[in-house]
Amino acid sequence: MDERISANLLPELDRNLPAVALAGNPNVGKSTVVNALTGLRQHTGNWAGKTVANAYGTCTYPGLKATIIDLPGCYSLSAESADEQAARDFICFGRPDAVVAVCDATVLERNLNLVLQILEVTGRVAVCVNLMDEAARKGIAVDCAALSRELGVPVVGASARSGEGLPALAAAVRKVLHDAPEPRKIRYLPVLEEAVSLLEPAVEQAVRGRLPARWLALKMLAGEEELIAAAEKALDLSFDSLPRLKQARWKAAHFLEEQGYLPERVRDAEASCVVLHAEEICCEAVRAPSACAQRDRRLDRIFTGKWTAVPVMLLLLALVFWVTVVGANGPSGLLSRLFFGLEPHFAALLQAAGAPMWLSSLLVEGVWHTLSWVVAVMLPPMAIFFPLFTLLEDFGYLPRVAFNLDRCFQKAGACGRQCLSMLMGFGCNAVGVTGARIIDSPRERLIAILTNVFVPCNGRFPALILLLTLFFTAGDAAASVLPALMLAGLVVLSVLMTLLVSWLLSRTVLKGLPSSFALELPPYRRPQAGKVIVRSVLDRTVFVLGRAAAVAAPAGLVIWLLANVSVSGQTLLAHCAGFLDPFARLIGLDGMLLLAFLLGFPANEIVLPVALMGYTAAGTLSGAGAGETLAILTANGWTPLTALCAVLFSLFHWPCSTTLLTIWKETRSLKWTVLAFLIPTAAGTAVCFAVAQIGRLF
Amino acid sequence: MVEEVLPLSGMKTGGRARVVRLNTEGAMRRRLLDLGLVEGTTVECLHRSMWGDPAAYQIRGAVIALRRSDGDGILVSALPEPEGGKRHG
Repeated sequence: MDERISANLLPELDRNLPAVALAGNPNVGKSTVVNALTGLRQHTGNWAGKTVANAYGTCTYPGLKATIIDLPGCYSLSAESADEQAARDFICFGRPDAVVAVCDATVLERNLNLVLQILEVTGRVAVCVNLMDEAARKGIAVDCAALSRELGVPVVGASARSGEGLPALAAAVRKVLHDAPEPRKIRYLPVLEEAVSLLEPAVEQAVRGRLPARWLALKMLAGEEELIAAAEKALDLSFDSLPRLKQARWKAAHFLEEQGYLPERVRDAEASCVVLHAEEICCEAVRAPSACAQRDRRLDRIFTGKWTAVPVMLLLLALVFWVTVVGANGPSGLLSRLFFGLEPHFAALLQAAGAPMWLSSLLVEGVWHTLSWVVAVMLPPMAIFFPLFTLLEDFGYLPRVAFNLDRCFQKAGACGRQCLSMLMGFGCNAVGVTGARIIDSPRERLIAILTNVFVPCNGRFPALILLLTLFFTAGDAAASVLPALMLAGLVVLSVLMTLLVSWLLSRTVLKGLPSSFALELPPYRRPQAGKVIVRSVLDRTVFVLGRAAAVAAPAGLVIWLLANVSVSGQTLLAHCAGFLDPFARLIGLDGMLLLAFLLGFPANEIVLPVALMGYTAAGTLSGAGAGETLAILTANGWTPLTALCAVLFSLFHWPCSTTLLTIWKETRSLKWTVLAFLIPTAAGTAVCFAVAQIGRLF
Repeated sequence: MVEEVLPLSGMKTGGRARVVRLNTEGAMRRRLLDLGLVEGTTVECLHRSMWGDPAAYQIRGAVIALRRSDGDGILVSALPEPEGGKRHG
């Protein structure tokens, strides 16, 4: 679990180009700056901890040849969580050629704390004061020239979303790469300065310019053992083996002790000096009206208010699903007609090419069918839900959800930030699992990882929507409100399940008390609706199409083979489904559906298409319309109870292969990976068993 | 004026106070310091979640949510009246 993304974390990094690292507090628009500089399409969002691993790309900005590294957001260089340590390690030990410190102009003072800490490590820094447009909207004026004077490094004001200030930033980075500026040093308390001066020469002798001696000396005095160990590893030497350094350390520590300064107090004094220095700088460079956050306060009263928080949350959830359901109808029908209309042509083409009968049947009925199904039925809801969710994220709403629900997570013995990783899971569970890095405590991080799959990911929504629409509404489009409400209900259920399992885990295998945490509620921002929607619709479409080709097509092939190869008078498909059937019946499913869930291990979005392929193994699937689908399912003995169990099992079953692989990567433990598979499977089996048995009583 | 010292979590919603001492240790202490919660800092309790916990505080321009169990370790002295024109409000 303590596996950190190691110091020279990017071994594949092309060092022929200068490495420019972008650092900053979480949620200051760093990813936007990176995207603008590199043309990378990294997903951006308005919350702390969106970038959880170091991402990088080549700078495509005119006039700046460099590799840009997007570091996870961090509040400080002495942090505990895995993502913040990754950022720290790269800044301190990754030898970046320049660091761009990105700040949020609307909360500059807090941001400067990190900037000042970075300046102690390296002078090759350009400061980018981002979100100047948001600041202006709030009446905050930032004097970048004054800031630059106070800090001693170039400072550029920018609004990365609109591209404003980026040319100046590129120029500043070029300048910093060319010759390193001399940042102004922070003056610490005289007693600290005295102790540092006792230690610094010995440190300098040991590190020989590879690390800043003053900074390292201060960290030694503050007793930051973890950081010192990381420095030793980066330098490949042991400080204790150097007699002069050891003696100087002892002397300086002794001096401080005599003055009443134990390492703990040194740490406090150091941190306070930095904070107060930041305050001083801001007094010079920032003018803000006294009541600048009135709009945010009003919004918070609605989104987190005692009586409004939960209704608004549910309303938004239902609204998002309603738009998804309604919006997906049209494109879905269109795509379905297109694909099934093309099918005869495809078959004719194969025939003309002289393909044998079995091959054209395999390609048309196996591969083409599954592919069209996935694209026609699964793609539209995925491509609509995702951008809507992104808008909420951009706006800054998701941390408010975490704030509202924190008490529940606290009661479950989990971290409040788990809610954020859970929300990421709505997009993709693998992303949610990685996102759990924002949680400091290893115990709570594991809880978040093990329970992430309980929230339905984007790939599972379309099947849920379809089944709910088919079996629980009159079926006409006007009744789309009902499936949306039911879907919202399912999400509530999945959150309850997450809490229940988290609670069970923290009472059994992951015992412990909830640790402390602080959650930033970022300023609300106007989401860039147009840009976000276009970009994420396109991204999702490409993503789903890629997956369809990589996973759905081979799955279609497998199911066709199973359906067409017979052993002792029965097809393999019938054998497999028959084998699974008794167990599947117990939990309200049938053998074919359970087989589809198993075959859907690589990607959840193919489960329903594969099941339908299985039901219509002879190749009678004639369209992806709702009517046909319902007819096929009912012909195979589906009742509303089957649909309900299918929905529940889709919510609660094993993670897909990508997620499971990510869990293994994150935990490096077979035990937790196996548990991550077993826990949701057991939960789903139990729930479906109970529902099926009770349902059959009526 | 007699200063009344109380834990951060005991602040009135809407009230302002000055940090007197941090009684928290280890990682959380470091986090709080990094958020700018050093002695003498003015904080304002903005609002509480619907369950009464956690609460959101304005600290050096940023809004930070802290759980009651963490706020218990931060001692503050209540400030009488919001003074106009101060920046860390």
